[in-house]
Amino acid sequence: MDAFMNTPVMQMLTDPVLYIGLGLGLSLTLQIAALSIFFSFIGGTIIGSMRYSGLPVLSQIATTYIEVIRNLPTLLLILVSYFVLGLPAMWAATIGLTIYTSAIIAEIIRGGLNSVPEGQWEAARSQGFSFLQSMRHIVLPPSVVKMIPAIVSQFVTVIKDSSFAMAIGAYELMFKGTILAAKYWKPSQIITIYVVISLVYFAINFTISMIARRLQTKLSVGRGSIGS
Amino acid sequence: MPAFIENIAFLQEGPFAIPRWEALFTNIDVIWQGALVTLLVASLGLVLALVLGTVIGVMSTSHWKIPRAIARVYVEFFQNTPLLIQVFMLYNAIPLLYPGLFIPVIVIGIMGVGMYHGAYIGEVVRAGIQSIGRGQLEAALSQGFSYIGTMRYVIIPQAMRIVLPPLTNQAVNLIKNTSVIAIIAGGDLMYAGDSFAGRYGHYGPTYVVVGLIYFMMCFPLAVLTRRLEDRTRAA
Repeated sequence: MDAFMNTPVMQMLTDPVLYIGLGLGLSLTLQIAALSIFFSFIGGTIIGSMRYSGLPVLSQIATTYIEVIRNLPTLLLILVSYFVLGLPAMWAATIGLTIYTSAIIAEIIRGGLNSVPEGQWEAARSQGFSFLQSMRHIVLPPSVVKMIPAIVSQFVTVIKDSSFAMAIGAYELMFKGTILAAKYWKPSQIITIYVVISLVYFAINFTISMIARRLQTKLSVGRGSIGS
Repeated sequence: MPAFIENIAFLQEGPFAIPRWEALFTNIDVIWQGALVTLLVASLGLVLALVLGTVIGVMSTSHWKIPRAIARVYVEFFQNTPLLIQVFMLYNAIPLLYPGLFIPVIVIGIMGVGMYHGAYIGEVVRAGIQSIGRGQLEAALSQGFSYIGTMRYVIIPQAMRIVLPPLTNQAVNLIKNTSVIAIIAGGDLMYAGDSFAGRYGHYGPTYVVVGLIYFMMCFPLAVLTRRLEDRTRAA
C-alpha cells in the first residue's frame, strides 16, 4: 500500500496544490463560458431577429455577419480580440467566443422562427393581433420549443472552446492544467493531469448534453408541437 | 504615395498601418505554406474522420450490445471534452507509450481532428442509417446479405442523401478546428499567421489575411451544405 501511495501519480493526486490550481482554472472557465453564453444570447437574439425581419439593410448586415463569422475559426476571433482589440485575456476570450456564438444562436433563433408557417402569422394578424401579440402568443411558443435544445447544446461548444483561451494565456482550466503538468513533469503525471481535466470537462458537458437531450424529447411532445 | 494619404494617421500608424500591410505581403509565402499545411491536415483529417465515423455509426446501429456500447462511449467522450485536450493527450501520451517514437505534430493534428470529428460524423451516420426503415434491413438480411453487405449495398446508399448536408457542415467545422494545432506549434495557417504577426506586431493585416483564407476554404462548403439541405427538404 505504501509503495502504491508513493508512486509519482499518487503523490500528485494527494497534493492539495493540484486541486487548488485546477479549481481556480475551472472557476475562470465557468466565468468565461457563462459570460459568453449570456452575451451571445443577447447578440444572437438581435442578429437573428434582424435577419428574420427581412428589412433591407438590417437583414443584409445580419446575413453578412453570420456568413463571415461562421466560416472563421473561433481561435482566430479570440486572438483578434486579444492582439488587435487589446482586451485583457479573460475578456478577449469572452468577446471572441461571444462574436462566434452570437452567429450560431442567431441562426438557431431564425430557424426556430422560420419553422412557424406563414399562415399562422396571417391568421393571427387577421384576428386583430398586433405584431408583438402575434409574436408573443402565436409564433414564439412553438419556435422557442425548437430553439431551446439547440441553444443548450451550444453551451457545450462554448465550454469546450473556452479552452482556446490558453493560447492567449488566460488561466482557465486547460492552461492551469498545462502549467501544473510542467510542475509535475513526469510523463505519467502529465497524462494523469490531462485525464483529470478531461473528466472535469466531461462531467460538466455530459450533464448539459443530457439536459439538452431530455429537453428535446420532453418539448417535442409537449405543448406547441402541433403542426411542427 | 499621394500627399493626402500621408496625412491620414490611420494609414500611417496603428494596427492597420500601410507599412504593416507591406511587410505582410513581402512575407506572404510564410502564410501560403501555413495554408498548405492546414489543407493537408484538414483533408487527411477528414478522411480519417469519415472512416472512423462510418465505423462508429455502423457500430451504434448494430444489434449487438458490445459494439453499441463502445460506439456510445467513444461518441460521448469525444463530443464532451475539448479537442485541445485530446490533441495535448496525444502529444504527451504517444511518447510515453512508445518512447523514442517521433511523431510529427502534423500527424498528431490529423489524428486529433480525425478522431474528434469521427465522433460527430458517427452520430450523423447513425441518424442516416436509422432513417432507413427497419424493414429494408430485414428484407436484405432475409435475402442472404451479410450485415456488412446490407449496409454496403442497401442502407448506406440511401442514407447518403440524409447524411450529406450535416457531413459537409462537419467538414467546415473540421477545417476551422485544425487551427488548434497552432497551440502545439503545428505549422498550420493559424500558427504561421500568429508567429509572423507576433514577431513584428503586425497583427491587424495578418489576421485579416488569415481570416480571409479560412473563409475561402470554408465558405464554398457552407454554400454546398445549404444547397444539399434544400435538396433534401425538397425530396
